[in-house]
Amino acid sequence: MHPNLEPIILSRTGTMIAHKSLKIIVTFTLALALLPFNAFAKDDSQAEESKDEFNPTDMIMHHIGDSHGWHFFGEGDSSYTLPLPVILFTEEDGFVTFMSSEFHHDTEGQYVVEKDGMRFVNYHEDIYKLDAGAQAVEFDEEHNVLNASKPWDFSITKNVAAMFLTVILMLIFFFGLAGHHKKSKNAPAGFNNILETLVLFVRDEIARPQIGEKKYMKFMPFLLTVFFFIWITNLLGLLPGAANVTGNIAVTVSLGLFTLALIVFNANKDFWQHTLWMPGIPTFVKPILAVVEVLGLLIKPIALMIRLFANITAGHIIILSLLALIFILENAGVAGISVPFALFITVLELLVAFLQAFIFTMLSALFIGAAVAEHEHH
Amino acid sequence: MDLITPEVGLIFWQTIVFLILMFILAKFAWKPILGAVRTREESINEALASAEDARKEMQNLKADNEKLLQDARAQRDEILKEARQLKEKMVSEAEVDAQNKADNIVAKAKESIEMEKRAAMADIKNQVATLSIEIAEKVIGKELSTEEKQHQMIDKMLNDATLN
Repeated sequence: MHPNLEPIILSRTGTMIAHKSLKIIVTFTLALALLPFNAFAKDDSQAEESKDEFNPTDMIMHHIGDSHGWHFFGEGDSSYTLPLPVILFTEEDGFVTFMSSEFHHDTEGQYVVEKDGMRFVNYHEDIYKLDAGAQAVEFDEEHNVLNASKPWDFSITKNVAAMFLTVILMLIFFFGLAGHHKKSKNAPAGFNNILETLVLFVRDEIARPQIGEKKYMKFMPFLLTVFFFIWITNLLGLLPGAANVTGNIAVTVSLGLFTLALIVFNANKDFWQHTLWMPGIPTFVKPILAVVEVLGLLIKPIALMIRLFANITAGHIIILSLLALIFILENAGVAGISVPFALFITVLELLVAFLQAFIFTMLSALFIGAAVAEHEHH
Repeated sequence: MDLITPEVGLIFWQTIVFLILMFILAKFAWKPILGAVRTREESINEALASAEDARKEMQNLKADNEKLLQDARAQRDEILKEARQLKEKMVSEAEVDAQNKADNIVAKAKESIEMEKRAAMADIKNQVATLSIEIAEKVIGKELSTEEKQHQMIDKMLNDATLN
């Protein structure tokens, strides 16, 4: 939680929109790769200009958003992209699966993929299924798709793939630590020692004080998993070309729902009584307070999900905005200022990566602790 | 893909992946790790407790030793004190005794000196008397050695007597 960053983000995105008028002929994908400036100027045909001009908002949104392929560098057909499976579900035709590479890096809805008699296009990373008989996607003036519908999209997107990477790392790390404990009774050394210190940090600084000595063990699997999942994913997200998993609202919604489920399913009678029918106050206030308390119960995980999402996304937006300044101002010299600033923010993000994992786990433990606490009746 | 619209597919994968990860780790990692850590902590606590016990025992022993030492020291002091008192007493008794004896000796010496003195005086008197008599005898003998002198004497005495 670093509240000071949020206003910066707002003002920064404001600047971005203001700079929309300062349009430069560059391709946005190379912005992150920081290749020599003249490499961008290869496309000088007027017809292509409007499509290829540099739009910082689009560039940033593209980088913090999800996508169906894992793009590393390059553009168009010459880009280096890891193809990922696209899994779609439609009520009428069931599951359809193909690799994202079949779109040939197209995200403008131009390239039509035919599969099992259905036609699909990728428009801004949303997959549309063309209506029966349609050969190409049509848009209205607002760029809304007219002749296609969105199937259920269960694709292994870039974020899902990055999530798998975190899972693999966690399995390697903690199976390693567990393996050490099977072999020896001594304290582990080296990397395992760091992991154990962090495990004990979660146990002694988060679970025990917030939940209490009697009940904390039951919630340790969730707290440890969520702490390391968020932290490792945050750190991986800072690598160039990595996915913005914890900065995706869907991921944080899911994590927030876990906390909510744990609160709801573990809360004791006392908690429900205090939530739904608060003792010790006049009866006519009780229903009002019940509404407030139930709202509070829901707002807690919502706050968790928004905090994690906003903080991680904010960090990414700042770094990308600083780098985008080079292309907005059309001056490679700006890099001399932007890059150190971006580096500084990246280092700050290393701290934020830990802090957000800590805060999510800490608050989850706090809410669970409040739900399972045994009150002393006076 | 809108920034704040959650994608159903991603929620689905996140939930599934997280659940599976949590259960696998709970069974094969968290449980053995936390168990091992707890066992180790318990053994450390036990070791610490037994070290504390040993320390306390040592302290007790030390305290006992200290007490014994203190008792011994006190006893020694007592003995020394008694010895000193005894010595003083003996010395003072000896002094008194010696004084008495010396006084006695001096007194006896004085007495015997007195006696000797008296005896010597008596002796001297006797000798003076004897000498006086001898001298008187010799003087008288010399005075009355001739008839003339005897007559002179008688005359004189008669003269004296007549005068009376």
